[in-house]
Amino acid sequence: MELLDNLLLGLQTALTLSNLFYCFLGVFLGTAIGVLPGLGPTATIAMLLPVTFVLPPVTALIMLAGIYYGSQYGGSTTSILVNLPGEAASVVTTLDGYQMAKQGRAGAALAASAIGSFFAGTVATLLIAAFGPPLAAVALQFGPAEFFSLMVLGLVASVVLAQGSLLHAIGIVVLGLLLGLIGTDVNSGTQRFTFGMYELADGIGFVTVAMGMFGLGEIIRNLENEAGRSVMLTKIAGLWPTREEFKRMVAPILRGTVIGSALGILPGSGSILGSFAAYSIEKKISKHRDEFGKGAIEGVAAPEAANNAGAQTSFIPLLTLGIPSNPVSALMVGAMIVHGIQPGPSVINEQPALFWGMIVSMWIGNLFLVVLNYPLIGMWVRMIMIPYHLLFPGILVFCAIGVFSLKNATFDIYLMALFGIVGYVFSKLGAEPAPMLLAFILGPLMEEYLRRAMLLSRGDPMVFLRRPISATLLALAALAMLSVLLPSFSKTREEAFKE
Amino acid sequence: MIRSAKDFWSGLIYICLGSSAMIIARDYSMGTAVRMGPAYFPTLLGGLLIFIGTISVIRSFVVTATTIGAFAFKGIFLVIGATLLFGAIVRGAGLIVALPLLVIISAYASVHFRWRTTLIMAAGLVTFCVFVFVKGLGIPLPIIGAWLGG
Repeated sequence: MELLDNLLLGLQTALTLSNLFYCFLGVFLGTAIGVLPGLGPTATIAMLLPVTFVLPPVTALIMLAGIYYGSQYGGSTTSILVNLPGEAASVVTTLDGYQMAKQGRAGAALAASAIGSFFAGTVATLLIAAFGPPLAAVALQFGPAEFFSLMVLGLVASVVLAQGSLLHAIGIVVLGLLLGLIGTDVNSGTQRFTFGMYELADGIGFVTVAMGMFGLGEIIRNLENEAGRSVMLTKIAGLWPTREEFKRMVAPILRGTVIGSALGILPGSGSILGSFAAYSIEKKISKHRDEFGKGAIEGVAAPEAANNAGAQTSFIPLLTLGIPSNPVSALMVGAMIVHGIQPGPSVINEQPALFWGMIVSMWIGNLFLVVLNYPLIGMWVRMIMIPYHLLFPGILVFCAIGVFSLKNATFDIYLMALFGIVGYVFSKLGAEPAPMLLAFILGPLMEEYLRRAMLLSRGDPMVFLRRPISATLLALAALAMLSVLLPSFSKTREEAFKE
Repeated sequence: MIRSAKDFWSGLIYICLGSSAMIIARDYSMGTAVRMGPAYFPTLLGGLLIFIGTISVIRSFVVTATTIGAFAFKGIFLVIGATLLFGAIVRGAGLIVALPLLVIISAYASVHFRWRTTLIMAAGLVTFCVFVFVKGLGIPLPIIGAWLGG
């Protein structure tokens, strides 16, 4: 009954008036910004992150988690209504969701997405509650070698799942690791790569990098093909799915939840892999296979459930191991560090109220999403219609003031501008910026664990292969890398991204 | 003959950045594998980056052609320029000058630029930022800067 006690503790934390309010605010702002064209979850969280710094840690993390679900859900809404996925994980939703909307069944598609997400979110929350503590107990046995190998696996997974060329994804990850090392070296006190600038002594802030690459870089990219961008909105009639549609949703949602939860735990994948996998499985086994791509409700329900389940279970490695598995959780790690919490296996024991409060509030946040979605859909639709040219100067203003507020330094504004150019140039060269942000956060951690592991082994690099868990993790990483090089897999990978 | 411009240029960037990392790291102490100095990990990564860059450059002569699309120089110049200008003058001139400039210059990057809507937008954003960020959240940015006697 420990689980019940823990959930009760979580309820006590999550149900305080201020936490409920900030959870709601997070979900609301997240959805609102998520439905705006050209803003994905990463940019949204980076933009709103400085606002949460004034809150107490638990409340801040609850609000951030809310922003995350909200923006992801907002992304699904735009996928269905205007064929614009806010992020990679909702790309699949556009396939059948937009087709349904064109046939006037947008309401049913939105409902499938909401119900699927809510169900999956509930299951995934219970999974975190059940498996979080035992996993953290295992993680407490981890030595530096295991942590290092786990991070290698995480980075390899993010490379494998990145769009575009594998080689460039690896390159950008190594570059991210290097950028993460800028600043004062904790062991020796040496200032590395600071070029004598005292502003760089503390290193580059991750929010600065995220806002530059995902905020500014994205704006320049969007302005490039602005003329070809027109939003055609379809009519929404009948918000409720029919009885028949309900029946067709049940099995795909269940399958999507299972697939998404399982794949979400893998470091480096988050929710992207799950939604692709769930869609292709439904396409293979569904009775209505011929309708896929032409507006099959299964094609919306399954990936949306998987997407949300994965988004939630990706918090398992974050909360138990302290290892972010995608840019969004990398931002959460950064936020935790700002609040003086070192994410890792000890969080559960040392700060039970924070851990359980966050888990329960995730479920509450999902409930808010469903509740918000129906009465406010008219408002979201109007927000989707805001043309981009009226939007991006505002985004720029928020980024500039937000990044300034981190350290009250104009230097960070210049740095953000620089990363805006970097993000744009790399996207032009066909390298996706997401893995770089992950590597950027992991860089200093990896160095630290590498140092400790080598110190313990007296300089013998074989330690990473001699310890069973570490060896297994590295083997998995090698396997993931090899699988991409196999022609059959790399073909499906390409197809998956093309769809 | 370079067949893949993307591979060639990103490879070149990786090689440049990797070697600068290695060269700069020579000023720090290397240490040993047991006790790694501050130069150890960056040198390792720099080497790896050079390696990846080299493969990419070699590949650019072999694989099928990819081209880099035209750069949106107008967008880069206006968006980045407006941001840099904002950083440079916000302390001295204050939000009331710096923010409208940021909005107007960046908005000019759009093909749909109109003076009327842009000015309304700028006014709205200034009001919002002054009340929410400066008054509400207490971000220490001057509303009217010292240059204007604020």
